[in-house]
Amino acid sequence: MAIKQLTVFVENSRGRLAEITGLLAAHDINMRALSIADTQDYGILRLIVNDTEKAMRVLREKDMLVQITDIVGLKVPDRPGGLSGALTVLDQAEINLEYLYAFFTNVDDSAVVALRVEDNAAAEKVLRDAGYSMI
Amino acid sequence: MPAERIRDLQSEKLTSQVRHVYDHVPYYRSLMDQKGVRPEDIRGIKDIGKLPFLSKEDLRETYPYGMLAVPLSDCVRIQSTSGTTGKRVIAYYTQHDVDLWEECCARAIVAAGGSREDVVQVCYGYGLFTGGPGLNGGSHKVGSLTLPMSSGNTDRQIQFMMDLKATILCCTPSYASYIGESLKESGYKPEDNFLKAGIFGAEPWTEEMRRDIERLLGIKAYDIYGLTETSGPGVAFECAAQNGMHINEDHFYAEIIDPATGEPLPDGEKGELVFTSLDKEAFPLLRYRTRDICVLTREKCSCGRTHVRMSKPMGRSDDMMIIRGVNVFPSQIEAVLLKEGYAPNYLIEVDRVNNSDTLDVYVELLPEQFTDTVGGITAMEKKLAGAIRTMLGIGPIVHLVAPKSIKRSEGKAVRVIDKRKLHD
Repeated sequence: MAIKQLTVFVENSRGRLAEITGLLAAHDINMRALSIADTQDYGILRLIVNDTEKAMRVLREKDMLVQITDIVGLKVPDRPGGLSGALTVLDQAEINLEYLYAFFTNVDDSAVVALRVEDNAAAEKVLRDAGYSMI
Repeated sequence: MPAERIRDLQSEKLTSQVRHVYDHVPYYRSLMDQKGVRPEDIRGIKDIGKLPFLSKEDLRETYPYGMLAVPLSDCVRIQSTSGTTGKRVIAYYTQHDVDLWEECCARAIVAAGGSREDVVQVCYGYGLFTGGPGLNGGSHKVGSLTLPMSSGNTDRQIQFMMDLKATILCCTPSYASYIGESLKESGYKPEDNFLKAGIFGAEPWTEEMRRDIERLLGIKAYDIYGLTETSGPGVAFECAAQNGMHINEDHFYAEIIDPATGEPLPDGEKGELVFTSLDKEAFPLLRYRTRDICVLTREKCSCGRTHVRMSKPMGRSDDMMIIRGVNVFPSQIEAVLLKEGYAPNYLIEVDRVNNSDTLDVYVELLPEQFTDTVGGITAMEKKLAGAIRTMLGIGPIVHLVAPKSIKRSEGKAVRVIDKRKLHD
């Protein structure tokens, strides 16, 4: 099952990220994972939070560009080569990875990574077939 | 020629030019009739303020032949504006008009030190654009060997420049700068070429850029001014003093007016430049508003020429920008944004980096356009930049930005920031 990621467009201006995290804190929203893709002009902040809908509402009230994106939350063994094996499975199935990042905490002694691929269902299927599980 | 004698000559020519227009151009005749001005009211330059103005809109309205003042069969040539702002403006010429224009360009070449001993490399575009044909004709009149290169193909430009020992270069200042950089990259030093002078125009340029070009090419760089409506380049040109452009005022009478009220302003005051042709046949224009903001001076010039001098244009009286020699209106960019599904919230930033104009367009993203990958946003930026390039003929860099991030003043956004320092 796909998990919901909050995607936020962040201008490259001072204090912008602090403003966003401050808003989430003020509304009692907890962050579980985060990554930023940055360019010269802007950044794209990707967040996984405990209340996605509420976080989106809060940020949109401040005229921020926010979108919810479905991603795959994959559990990988918490040991050397744990992620490598899963990526090899995707590569062999010719599934392109757009981006990935790690969760802050592990679950059941597994590390958790957020994967963004073109076709979530196809990725989940090949990974399950290879013995991986999702959160 | 002493200034008083010039004025007498202008007065004499103006009276017959007005009569010619009134008799042969119904459009202008009706403008005069509306104002209650008769040709006999214009007895000299002192009466020129009685005449109605003409604007680019008038020329568009009368496209293609509404301003023609002679039978079409007497015309031998047309030239045209780029037409990027909408309908093109067509200028028509009799042989007399072509000769007059080329004579003006010839004076510019002579003022830059040209003679029949020179090799003049013309790399302005040839065709409808007046740059190439004007300087080409001027060079013929001087008796120089003319290299009709047209623009582009820089390798070939450099090869001919070196092999044929070109001594005078004619092109846009940005292309001169580009040629200079290319020469340097090919390992040539400024003293390796045979150039002594360059005649550069068709786009705004700074004193700083002049110094750069002069250093790069080892030449003296001269400014030249003109517009298709008045003939083309050569209406005004710089002399060795490089301190303002002498207007060929035996053919074109210049006025400076307050762009808001239309009232004439005295010499030395900044205002909109207005030209009246004095002896054109096919396409005579009376009191044509150029939209260029300039200053005129009749102070004595060290070169000895008595013709009035105009400053480099310091801006436009409307919102038109000239970027890399191309006329650009914010409204054109806005039209593309709307067509491509963006909100008309944008900022245009024009600058000059390494002597080349840059155009950056900042556009606010709409929530539904937002995508979670950098690649997706980059693709949107590229697509929009491509659409703007198709419209303008020059490519911008597009930056998509967050909603409401472009500053608004009094509810209305500032649309254009022009960082080019044109008057240093």
